[in-house]
Amino acid sequence: MSPHTWFDAHDWDTVQRAIYATTPRQVERALGSTRRTLADFQALISPAAQAYLEPMAQLSHQLTQKRFGKTIQLYAPLYLSNECQNICTYCAFSLDNRISRRTLTDEEILREATAVKELGYDHILLVTGEANQTVGVPYLKNAIRLLQPHFAHISLEVQPLDQPEYEELMAEGLNTVLVYQETYHRETYKNHHPKGKKSNFSYRLDTPDRLGKAGIHKMGLGALLGLEDWRTDSFFTAAHLHYLERRYWETRYSISFPRLRPIDLLQNDTITSKSFERCMTDRDLVQLICAYRLFNEEVELSLSTRETPRFRDHVLKLGITSMSAGSKTNPGGYAVAPQSLEQFAISDERSPAQMVDVIRSQGYEPVWKDWDKTLTGA
Amino acid sequence: MSTNIPTQPLVISGKIFASRLFTGTGKFGAAQLMEDALLASGTELVTVALKRIDALNRQDNLLAHLAHPRLNLLPNTSGVRTAKEAVFAAQMAREALETNWLKLEIHPDPKYLLPDPIETLKAADELVKLGFIVLPYVHADPVLCKRLEEVGVAAVMPLGAPIGTNKGLRTIDFLEIIIEQSRIPVVVDAGLGAPSHAAAAMEMGADAVLVNTAIAVSDDPVRMAMAFKLAVEAGRLAYEARLARPSVMAHASSPFTAFLDEL
Repeated sequence: MSPHTWFDAHDWDTVQRAIYATTPRQVERALGSTRRTLADFQALISPAAQAYLEPMAQLSHQLTQKRFGKTIQLYAPLYLSNECQNICTYCAFSLDNRISRRTLTDEEILREATAVKELGYDHILLVTGEANQTVGVPYLKNAIRLLQPHFAHISLEVQPLDQPEYEELMAEGLNTVLVYQETYHRETYKNHHPKGKKSNFSYRLDTPDRLGKAGIHKMGLGALLGLEDWRTDSFFTAAHLHYLERRYWETRYSISFPRLRPIDLLQNDTITSKSFERCMTDRDLVQLICAYRLFNEEVELSLSTRETPRFRDHVLKLGITSMSAGSKTNPGGYAVAPQSLEQFAISDERSPAQMVDVIRSQGYEPVWKDWDKTLTGA
Repeated sequence: MSTNIPTQPLVISGKIFASRLFTGTGKFGAAQLMEDALLASGTELVTVALKRIDALNRQDNLLAHLAHPRLNLLPNTSGVRTAKEAVFAAQMAREALETNWLKLEIHPDPKYLLPDPIETLKAADELVKLGFIVLPYVHADPVLCKRLEEVGVAAVMPLGAPIGTNKGLRTIDFLEIIIEQSRIPVVVDAGLGAPSHAAAAMEMGADAVLVNTAIAVSDDPVRMAMAFKLAVEAGRLAYEARLARPSVMAHASSPFTAFLDEL
């Protein structure tokens, strides 16, 4: 079976029409069901379901507590490089943005790691742009080898790789890979990724399959919310998850909710800020988080510092299972070069210590460590 | 409060337990609350996930809250997917926590966390030979439990329902067979969502139960821990006192056997 079969089974326009035509009765049926299907998820992300947001939130809260307890896991992103050969219309690392480029050396990686460790972190997410000459597999392999002794759990958010490359990195201690499709709409995808390897929609779409075949421990999915209609894109994300869970049943899954944030662009020696049409309201995002939880009681849901303190504090108990805090989205941001240009502007600038206080004040326990290298025999 | 209740003590691998309630340490909203609840439960055996502790860090927050003479630690291998990974993790746990007791958990399926019977049997065999006191988490499979008994595990821990679901004794028919056949202690693990579920398991003759989610996630974990303590004691007392079975009703007329009296 071609990996695309699940994707070809759904037509974008048909799905979109069905979502917007959802009736209150369909929402109620989805809410009342105990084993919810993709059709139920479709109903729960519909405009019709907005009237049921409070019961959705209460149910989502209960289900999340049952599975994950009163805990929030904490992780930190560590940007290794902002070099990139792609043009992505929404990203400050885009090839056409004339910013100064930096790739961390071994010594700088370790300095950053020390700073992140001192904040309390034991789970780390490594991030780069896509530049195969400088930050290809050999660079990533070296970085993981350097960091592996210092962290209990290493995740990666970089360009899509081939299956043997993933296997190579997993042998060094890589545990999790995040790869967002950005959008499942082929044409829109093309418009936002006009140049570079990333313009290949199908190669990206098949990445979770390559990860599954490599036997990755955990993978993260998501759509960049704001590029296309978030409801339809989220339906495709959920369908992707549904397909992957059945096919690669030994892998764990997480979903992220990257909403587009303003970026800084350097043009003619002046920095201008580019913002995006706000396609998704706070109310929409709460609906989406709850819909995922009602659809899938076991999937991990992650929320980054893209969101505001007020929003994060309120959704902490609604379905989210992991959060970052005090994040730096520029290479060297923690210790080496705090002033360099960020990939995107974060909204929640509170320190990890402040976030821990917030989590505790809500009766939840912050969890810094929920993995051990010895569990995979490393 | 209940130290004078004359129930038989539980013995596992030569160690005597006055409490038949085993507990978990995950999902609590605060480490102090966990400690208070565990002490209130009267438990003497608490399972700890290797993945949650920092073995090198003597100040580990979780372990600091478990440092009581009556709380014996039962490290678990939650997170491993194969026998090979389990054996390696068990050795690390033994070193880190200085105990050869082990809750063997192998669930390659991260969604429902259901135990892999094949890998579990393989790992149990090897770990027993390595000197571990092995308590395997298994499906309520009577044949598997006998196989595990044969390789020398100290107790079996069949599930009542999928872990964390609070659904109660969904596997009751198989648990009854396991309890009837077993020559080693049977600890009903996973899925017990209410004190009444725990009491029912004990009335059936389970030697102990393990409870985590139902205590940790309740609004008042300390009081819920007390409720489980009482339920487990009540269930055990009832078992030892021999429950009266529901009697077969005598009917006024006996259409099938009346002819015997007619001659």
